[in-house]
Amino acid sequence: MAIATVPGAGIDVGSQAPVPVDPRRARRNRRIKDNLTGYAFLIGAVICFAFFSWYPMIRGVVMSFQRTRAGETTWVGWANYERIINDPSFWTAWQNTLYFTVLALVAGYAIPFFLAVLLNEFRHAKGYLRILIYLPVMLPPASALFLFKYLAYDPSDAGLFNSILKGLGLPTSQWMQSTDMTMPAMVLASTWMNMGGAVLIYLASLQNIPGELYEAAELDGAGLWRRITNVTIPQTRLILSLMAMLQVVATMQLFIEPLILANGAGSEDSATSVVYLIYQHGFFQNDLNGAAALGVIMLVALIGFSAVYARLNAQQD
Amino acid sequence: MSVPHFRKVAAIALATGLGLGLAACSTKSDDDTDAAGKTIITVDCQPVGAQKNLLQAWNDDVKAFEAANPSIKIKSVSVGTQCANPPDFTARLQGGSMTDIFYGYMTDVQQVIDSGQAIDITAYANKENIPTWDDVLPDAKNTFTKDGKVWGIPTKNYSMGLVYNKTLFTKAGLDPKTPPKTWAEVREAAKKISALGDGIAGFGEYSSGNTGGWHFTAELFSQGGAPVSADGKKADFNNDLGKKVLQNLKDMRYGDNSMGARQLLGWGDLLTIAGAGKVGMFIGAPDATTAIVTQFQGKYEDWAMGAMPGQDGAAKGTLGGGEGYFFKKGLTDDQIKAGLKWLAFEKLTPGKGQFDYARAKAQGEQVGLPQPQLFTPGSASQKSEFDLRKANGNIAPEDFAAFENNPVAIKFEPANAQGIYAILDGAMSAILTNPNASVDAELKKAEEKVNQLLAQAAK
Repeated sequence: MAIATVPGAGIDVGSQAPVPVDPRRARRNRRIKDNLTGYAFLIGAVICFAFFSWYPMIRGVVMSFQRTRAGETTWVGWANYERIINDPSFWTAWQNTLYFTVLALVAGYAIPFFLAVLLNEFRHAKGYLRILIYLPVMLPPASALFLFKYLAYDPSDAGLFNSILKGLGLPTSQWMQSTDMTMPAMVLASTWMNMGGAVLIYLASLQNIPGELYEAAELDGAGLWRRITNVTIPQTRLILSLMAMLQVVATMQLFIEPLILANGAGSEDSATSVVYLIYQHGFFQNDLNGAAALGVIMLVALIGFSAVYARLNAQQD
Repeated sequence: MSVPHFRKVAAIALATGLGLGLAACSTKSDDDTDAAGKTIITVDCQPVGAQKNLLQAWNDDVKAFEAANPSIKIKSVSVGTQCANPPDFTARLQGGSMTDIFYGYMTDVQQVIDSGQAIDITAYANKENIPTWDDVLPDAKNTFTKDGKVWGIPTKNYSMGLVYNKTLFTKAGLDPKTPPKTWAEVREAAKKISALGDGIAGFGEYSSGNTGGWHFTAELFSQGGAPVSADGKKADFNNDLGKKVLQNLKDMRYGDNSMGARQLLGWGDLLTIAGAGKVGMFIGAPDATTAIVTQFQGKYEDWAMGAMPGQDGAAKGTLGGGEGYFFKKGLTDDQIKAGLKWLAFEKLTPGKGQFDYARAKAQGEQVGLPQPQLFTPGSASQKSEFDLRKANGNIAPEDFAAFENNPVAIKFEPANAQGIYAILDGAMSAILTNPNASVDAELKKAEEKVNQLLAQAAK
């Protein structure tokens, strides 16, 4: 066996002397070995997330700093951001989206909660009512929205809602053809479509509230409203707070409602949302890089909102 | 097998399966030749199953072509009834999942070039590969040519006119053989048709999904205007001509209430209403009648077409467009030649493929439409196509005579068309949904936005 000597060290590294094992390394190896099965099971999820979530996100960020013309991709710095921010519909889209989010938060947050409270009070037919409320969630969103578009929001007097209004002696509406009604009409359809899930979550949370708390409140002479404000809301605060955040993140990504109910931008741009603008740039205006930039702006805005919201919540706790 | 051991085996099997699955996804499946050495090409826009006759004709053509060219194998792919629905087309293009020879609109040329997914076929676009190439209209070829390079082969062209419902014309006491020639006449006819009641609109118009801007442009061309300046740098519609376009619509919508209650119409909405026989007139190309029947349950016998209306006399222009096929990057020399040979057979030979009028007539399809007119007037191909069309025509010649006998100068869409159309949708929707909307204010608003868009696009 050739004997090698490390220059300057004077140590014979060719001998058979046992190599000292780093205990930390040994522990890590053992841990990896022990968890090998777990890691193998994780591979599926990791691959799915990597391919379908993380990679597209990273690719989107990269694309937002590039421009592809005539098959050549070049780095363009902030040019795509500058172009998209100067798009004539950029601020309108943000205004519309925020308006929808606020309206949807009021309607889509309060209505399901109060429906859940009401359902919780029922003694009979609870199961049937739950199914009834959840039913619209099972309808494909596009079908539900087409129902609203062609039946409920028909601007002629033959439309469902207009016939009802007329029957009640009230003035009819142009619904999606009126700039004032565009957003409320989209919120109404969206709330009807999506509230079933929220109602069930609230209901589950309500049913976890110990009955003794209500009994004590009743003994103290609290009516329904006092019981809601003093028992129900404080006891479901955690779930209410989580649902508010989820609601904001979901409604900011408003897309299918304007696409179907308003054929995109609606009357005088009143339905243009940020995501619809992304779609316009990406799929109609040969500007995938601008679309990517707007997507990144949206991502940053939502991350910012979620972080601030989580921090405020933590402080309250 | 013990439980922990079973778990290990299951986990390894799962991981291996996923690995193999992903490897399979990345395998290239579309080889350029088969085991027998035949050149394989994939081609899209095969008609869908619901288009029974068209699908049968396509499949028969593939068989006939392969029999005549034993060294070529065609693999057909269907991509829906609207072969280049913009979002689907862009997704396929950016993902590189188009077929070898892929369908697109004339307005897609820039997008196709920018994507880097298509091949320049200048060296192949000639008489040797397409026998009728020299007879193809130079304008049609130019729409697929950029900076001297040929990127696609034109296979259809159209220009817009006034599509009208003869049955409603007759019911309203109008002469179905003399369609309106001016916007004033359109307005008068619309009034009479909408007076029929039953939810019938006299005139229908788009105002959403970029189609409002598209039609604003067509109607602006009819006035003699253009959406952008000659250098393409500034909006050019905030003037008397643009005002006339919107004022005509406003007068019909709110002055006469002859356009129906439902607005914010997109492409399919208006054709659905037309298929149901609830609209008297709209601006469209001759093949709109085919779409109304094959996709929207209308009847051929209801429809006819006149020339694009003008303001005080004949229209000063009309919007034209077309479609064609591009060639995917990376094709072999043999595949490109095979693709051209197929297109020559299916799309550019009188008596074959789309010009097999005898077959279309036998199938009960509409024969005799004045477009596509892909061949130069006076050329041998044009004469042959014209003779076949006349010999097999099954539509009353007078139904399209007013369109065919009054040719209007064709103008093409501007660069950044979709961005401009999206903005002009705003003006169109305002005029058609808001009785208080001001024509001047809407044009000014749209002008500012288009100028902003063009300034950004130039950067």
